[in-house]
Amino acid sequence: MKVLVTVKRVIDPYVKVRVKSDGTGVETANVKMAMNPFCEIAVEQAVRMKEAGIVTEIVAVSIGAPQCQETLRTAMAMGADRGILVETGAADVQPLAVAKLVKAIIDKEQPKLVIMGKQAIDDDSNQAGQMVSALLGWPQSAFTSAIAVNGDSADVTREIDGGLEKLTIRLPAVVTTDLRLNEPRYVTLPNIMKAKKKPLEVLKPEALGVDVAPRLKTLKVEEPPKRSAGVKVADVAELVAKLRNEARVI
Amino acid sequence: MSTYAAPLKDMQFAIAGFAGLEGITALPGCGEVSAELVEAVLTEAGKFAQGVLDPLNHSGDRQGAQWRDGGVSAPAGFKEAYAQFAAAGWNGLAASTDYGGQGLPHCIALPLQEMWNSANMAFCLCPMLTTGVQEALTHHGSQSLLDTFMPKLVSGEWTGTMNLTEPQAGSDLSAVRSRAVPEGNHYRIQGTKIFITWGEHDMAENIVHLVLARLPDAPEGVKGISMFVVPKFLVNADGSRGARNDIRCVSIEHKLGIHGSPTCVLAYGDNGGAIGYLVGEANRGLEYMFTMMNHARLGVGMEGVGIAERAYQHALGYARTRVQGRAIGQRSGDRVTIIHHPDVRRMLMTMRAQTEAMRALGYLAAGELDRARRHPDADIRARHQARLDLLTPVVKGWCTELAVEIASLGVQIHGGMGFVEETGAAQYLRDARITTIYEGTTGIQANDLIGRKVGAEKGAAALGLVAEMRALDAALAAAGTPLAPARAVFTEAVDGLEAATRWLVDHYRAQPEAAAAVAVPYLKLFGTVAGGWLMARAALIARERRDAPGADRAFLDAKLATACFYLEHLLPQAGALSRTVTLGAASTLALEPDAF
Repeated sequence: MKVLVTVKRVIDPYVKVRVKSDGTGVETANVKMAMNPFCEIAVEQAVRMKEAGIVTEIVAVSIGAPQCQETLRTAMAMGADRGILVETGAADVQPLAVAKLVKAIIDKEQPKLVIMGKQAIDDDSNQAGQMVSALLGWPQSAFTSAIAVNGDSADVTREIDGGLEKLTIRLPAVVTTDLRLNEPRYVTLPNIMKAKKKPLEVLKPEALGVDVAPRLKTLKVEEPPKRSAGVKVADVAELVAKLRNEARVI
Repeated sequence: MSTYAAPLKDMQFAIAGFAGLEGITALPGCGEVSAELVEAVLTEAGKFAQGVLDPLNHSGDRQGAQWRDGGVSAPAGFKEAYAQFAAAGWNGLAASTDYGGQGLPHCIALPLQEMWNSANMAFCLCPMLTTGVQEALTHHGSQSLLDTFMPKLVSGEWTGTMNLTEPQAGSDLSAVRSRAVPEGNHYRIQGTKIFITWGEHDMAENIVHLVLARLPDAPEGVKGISMFVVPKFLVNADGSRGARNDIRCVSIEHKLGIHGSPTCVLAYGDNGGAIGYLVGEANRGLEYMFTMMNHARLGVGMEGVGIAERAYQHALGYARTRVQGRAIGQRSGDRVTIIHHPDVRRMLMTMRAQTEAMRALGYLAAGELDRARRHPDADIRARHQARLDLLTPVVKGWCTELAVEIASLGVQIHGGMGFVEETGAAQYLRDARITTIYEGTTGIQANDLIGRKVGAEKGAAALGLVAEMRALDAALAAAGTPLAPARAVFTEAVDGLEAATRWLVDHYRAQPEAAAAVAVPYLKLFGTVAGGWLMARAALIARERRDAPGADRAFLDAKLATACFYLEHLLPQAGALSRTVTLGAASTLALEPDAF
C-alpha cells in the first residue's frame, strides 16, 4: 500500500529560539533548521512499515519555503521514495491551509494511510492532522504510540489523558504520531547520496486550487516571563499557608 | 556535562573559503559534490556525533578499555556505537567506490574527522586507523590483497592498525627488529610491537595489522624495512574468516588519556610465526608507511582541532551558567555568570580564535590534498602536493600543540571545578596530550618542516606562501576599521616568517644543529602566521558578505570580531617567535650535555 507522510521544516530543537524585537514572530533568518521531530517519527514509521513489507511506496510532502526541499531530502535519506513540495514562499501557512493542501495531494496520490506528526514544535498547533481527517471524512488516530495494519484496518494505540486507548480504525485513515511510536534512525551516508537522485516535485498552491491566505492574525509574540527566584519555607505549615493564601491553589 | 553540537556554520565557512569547495566540485569524480551535499552530510554526521558518540565519551574515559586473558573489551556502549557507525557508512566516506566507499573528497572527510574527534576521540582512533590501512593498501597493495581486505575495511566490518613501534624503536624506526621469513606465498612474522592503538578489541570480527618487519637478508637501517599485512584471523579463499593467526595481545597500557582506546602490546609469532603478506616490494616498507603517515598526520591535526572545539564548547557552557562575583566595577546588585568577567572572555576568545584558525588551516590542507590527488593537470597536481607537503607538519604540530593549550584554558575557565574529573574538562586536556606525541612528535614535525619542506628546496615552497600572504596587504589596507590596526601586525608577522625562513635556508646545511635547535619555534611561528593569514582572509570575507541581503550577520560579525582578536592577541607572538628562530639557536646549545 502507499503511505503519505508530511514533514515540516522547523527551527532545530537544539537552537535557543529568539523572539523578533518587533514582536511579530520568532527569528528564523540564518537559524539552523531541521525536520520537526514528530514528523521524523512519522517518516520512521512509514519506513519501518515498508521494511516489514506492509508498505510499497512512501511519498513525503512538505509545505513552505524552497528550503523545505532539504527537509524532503532528509525524509528521502531516511527511506521515503519521493518528495512533493508545495512551495508557498515565505508566507505563514496556517493549519487549515496546510490541511487543504495535504488533502489536495491526497486526492491526487490516493494513499491508503497518511502519517503526520501530532504537532510541530514551532507553533505547537496540533491541528493539521485532525483537519485533514475531517476534510477527507477519513477515520483518525491522533497521538498514536503503536500501529499495526491488518488488511483494510489498523489496530492503533493512542496516548490519551489518563492512559492508553486501543482502537481499530478503517483504512484509509490519518494517523498522527506521538513520541513513543518509535525512535527515528540516524541517516546513513549511502542513503544521503541516494536521496539526491530520488524524484522531488515542486507544486504551487494555486495549482492545487487552494487559497492559503491567513485567516488568523498574530497580535503579538513575546518571551514567556522569566522565572523569579523561589523562597525557602520553614515548615509544611508555612507551605500550606502560602499555597492557600498567596497562590490560592488549595 | 555539556552536549557537543557540531559547529556547522564555521565548518561550512571554512570548507567554502579555505578548502575551496567550488574548485573541488569541478574535479574529476566530484560531480556529485555540492554545497547542499556538504550541508546534508555535515548535518547528519553532526547528529550522529552528538547523539551516539558524544554520550559515550566521558563514560568511556572513566571505564577505559579492559584487558583480560589476551582479549580486550572496549568500554560499555562502544561496540554498539561502532556497529552503528559502520552501518551508517561513515567508514567508507572517502574510500573508493570500487570497494563500496562513496569516494567523497577530503574536504568533506576531514571536517567529519574533526566531528568524530570532538565527540569521542578515543573511539574515533579506530576508524581513523582503518582508513589509514585502506590508504596504504590502495597505494601499494597487490590486487589480491586489495580484493581480500578492502571491502571489509571499507564497510568497517574489519578494522585496521599500524604497527611501527617496538620497545627500542620509537621515533627512530631504523631500530626495528621484528623478523619476516618467507614461506610459500606468505611470510612468518615474529617480534613484539608496542603502542598499537586498537590493536585488539571486541568491536569487529577481524583486525588487519600493517606491520613493519625485516626480511632475513634485509640491509641495516631504514632501507631494510618491509611492510606486511597480518590479519588477526586468516582469510579463507571464499573471503570468510579463517583460523586465528599467531598474534597475542600481551597487555594494554595504563595512560594519561584516551582511556577508551586500548593501546596494545602485540606479540607476533610466539607459536611459530604469524602469517603475513608482503605489501608492495621488499625493503620499501617505511616509504609506504609514510604515504599513510602523512595522511594520518593531517588526521591527528584534526584531532587537535576536534578536541579544541570540544574543550571550548564545554568551557563556554560552564561560563554561561556558573554564577560567581559581581560584574567588574559593581559593588552591589546581582551576581553574574562568569562569562561577564573580562578575563574569562579573554580565555574564551583565545580558545575560539585559535580553534577557528586551526580549522581554517586544516581544511585548507584538505583542499590541497583533493587537488593534489584529483586535478587532471600533472603540473597543478604537483603544485598542490608541494603546498600540502609544506603544510602537513604545521597542521600536525601546530594544531596539536595549541590543542593542549586550549584544553588547558578550558580547565582554567572551570577553576577548581576543572581540576576535578567530575566536570569533564580535565578529560579533554588529558586526551589532547597524546596528539603532540604520536604520528611523530612536534620535534619530528618541526625537523620535517625545516628539512624536507624548507631547507631542501631553499625555502621555495615557504617563500611562495609568504608571497601569497603579502598579497593580502592591499585588501587589508582598503578594509579600514576595524582591521586597520591589525594590518601593521600582519605585515610584521609575515616579515618575521620570511626572516626566519631565510635564516633557516642559510643555516640549514652549514649549521644543521643550530637549525634543529630552533625548529619547533619555527613551526609555531609558521602556524601562528598562517593562522593569522587565514583569519585575516576570513575577516575580509565576513566584511564583504555582511551587508548582502539575507546575510547571516550574527555569524559574520562574530567571525570579524574573532579574527580581530586573533590578529591583535595571538599574531603579535609571531615577532617574538621569529626572533627566537634567528637569535636563539646558540643559547639552546650553549650548555653541553654534561653541564646539565
